[in-house]
Amino acid sequence: MELLLHQVLAGLATGGIYACMALAVVMIYQAIDHLNFAQGEMAMFSTFIAWQLLQWGVPYWAAFVLTIAISFLAGVVIERTVFKPIHKAPVLTHVVMFIALFAIINSAAGFIWDFTIKSVPSPFGTQPLFGQRLISAHDAGMIAVTLVLLVLLYLFFRHTRVGLAMRAAAANPDSARLAGIRVGWMVALGWGMAAAVGSVAGMLIAPVVFLEPNMMLSILLYGFAAAVVGGLTSPGGAVFGGFAVGVVENLAGTFIPYVGRELKLSIALFIIVAVLIVKPSGLFGRRVVTRV
Amino acid sequence: MSACLLEATGICAYYGPTQVLFGLDLRLAEGGITTMLGANGAGKTTMLRALSGMVRATGEIRFRGEPVLGQATEDIVRRGVAHVPEGRGTFTRQTVEENLQIGAMSRRDRKAIPGDIERVYGYFPRLKERRGQQAGTLSGGEQQMLAIGRALMLRPRLMLLDEPSFGLAPMIVAEMFEILRTLNRSEKVSMLLVEQNAALALDLADHAYLIETGRLVMSGPSAEIRGDESIRRSYLGY
Ligand SMILES: Nc1ncnc2c1ncn2[C@@H]1O[C@H](COP(=O)(O)OP(=O)(O)OP(=O)(O)O)[C@@H](O)[C@H]1O
Ligand SMILES: [Mg+2]
Repeated sequence: MELLLHQVLAGLATGGIYACMALAVVMIYQAIDHLNFAQGEMAMFSTFIAWQLLQWGVPYWAAFVLTIAISFLAGVVIERTVFKPIHKAPVLTHVVMFIALFAIINSAAGFIWDFTIKSVPSPFGTQPLFGQRLISAHDAGMIAVTLVLLVLLYLFFRHTRVGLAMRAAAANPDSARLAGIRVGWMVALGWGMAAAVGSVAGMLIAPVVFLEPNMMLSILLYGFAAAVVGGLTSPGGAVFGGFAVGVVENLAGTFIPYVGRELKLSIALFIIVAVLIVKPSGLFGRRVVTRV
Repeated sequence: MSACLLEATGICAYYGPTQVLFGLDLRLAEGGITTMLGANGAGKTTMLRALSGMVRATGEIRFRGEPVLGQATEDIVRRGVAHVPEGRGTFTRQTVEENLQIGAMSRRDRKAIPGDIERVYGYFPRLKERRGQQAGTLSGGEQQMLAIGRALMLRPRLMLLDEPSFGLAPMIVAEMFEILRTLNRSEKVSMLLVEQNAALALDLADHAYLIETGRLVMSGPSAEIRGDESIRRSYLGY
């Protein structure tokens, strides 16, 4: 029983990270109708920036905030320079662009910081929280930070003018332009926010998986699984999907024989395939209904 | 004739390689209601899109004396041109009130927005009853009122209305045209109205343009066109 509870809590902790990645993917998907394969690499690069700042002696939370700000700006710049010019181009152009971005960021990180693994300290420490054995301080910290982030995002999109403008631009770009909304900038803002959210995920998971250029590969796969569970069109669904995938992953790895550590990654793919077969629009997604 | 609010000369418009408008001229008087009539596919919607920068076009468009052709839709809108599009452009997942707030998104005088929302509710009480409802669940007529309300939230000088009567019951249409008349008088909004219902449009408008396959057939005061039997027979079908 204690093992079960322990695994559920640990699952929620990594689930929060998947939720953030899923949310980042969904934010960009809502704005431009494409899946950003490079989302994980962007988060990885952000994490290297945080690590570099820490190496230079910047205090942890200052480095944390600074990294978020840098990532936000980088996201905006990537959209403006790379994706704005091709925004009317077909899917394949986008796919090629995402793969290119993926490869460029990955090798740039390897070039600058090399491929040896680096350890990133946890701001919460790795000791058990308050001396009990259910959850570590870092896992608890991860859950807390992701929850705060999710609440802030919710408040932003629900209750601010810019949040409403972003929702309008994503829902109906033509109509939004007719209301005078600068749709292009709303898309750029979406990229910036997605990059910022991804950077938080990267910084929080780095103490667990170690920092190296390929650290986000599997994390992004789980993020995609979470987004698919949520239906790609529903931010709330993506968050739920993230936590659900995290818990399922952990429980399966612990309790189903043979799955263990090695096969855990295939769970993400299994979830993606299963959801797409049973409910193609995800658990919370809207089916696209075309009027005839 | 009163001052000119918008003047378009030699407008040609294209969808990809296909040319749809062939040198249309249009003058809208400040404070007036102008209607543009023509058969399906004549290019009415395209002309409105050209005016608000939503389609590739050449020629010259001056709004309040300033050239606006080639500017982004957002910038033209921010000058005070509110386009109520074909299909109404409802933000279906947002509430009625959020739709109105979206309409005011480009305004700087934020303090005046709640008052303007109340004014829109004054014109369309039914929207007030449904203020918290998802806009996609409104009836067609209610969505049309919402589209006009959203346009009003811009505090526009010019409204471009694309078939506001489309799909509405005759009683609702009459009601809506009455409101358009009121808006024109009390809010000093000039209007360019595209309509299938020629009789009703000529009743409301003081000036009319008749177009056919992207070219101007004739223009003149509505009363004159209404009174001309042969035009009515051959172009307006009533
Ligand atoms: N997106 C588009 N791509 C290609 N051709 C188009 C497009 N939209 C309209 N057209 C063509 O342009 C011409 C004019 O269309 P437009 O929509 O302006 O007509 P309309 O006068 O508004 O007609 P209706 O009364 O049916 O709304 C038509 O022949 C139409 O087929
Ligand atoms: Mg039309």
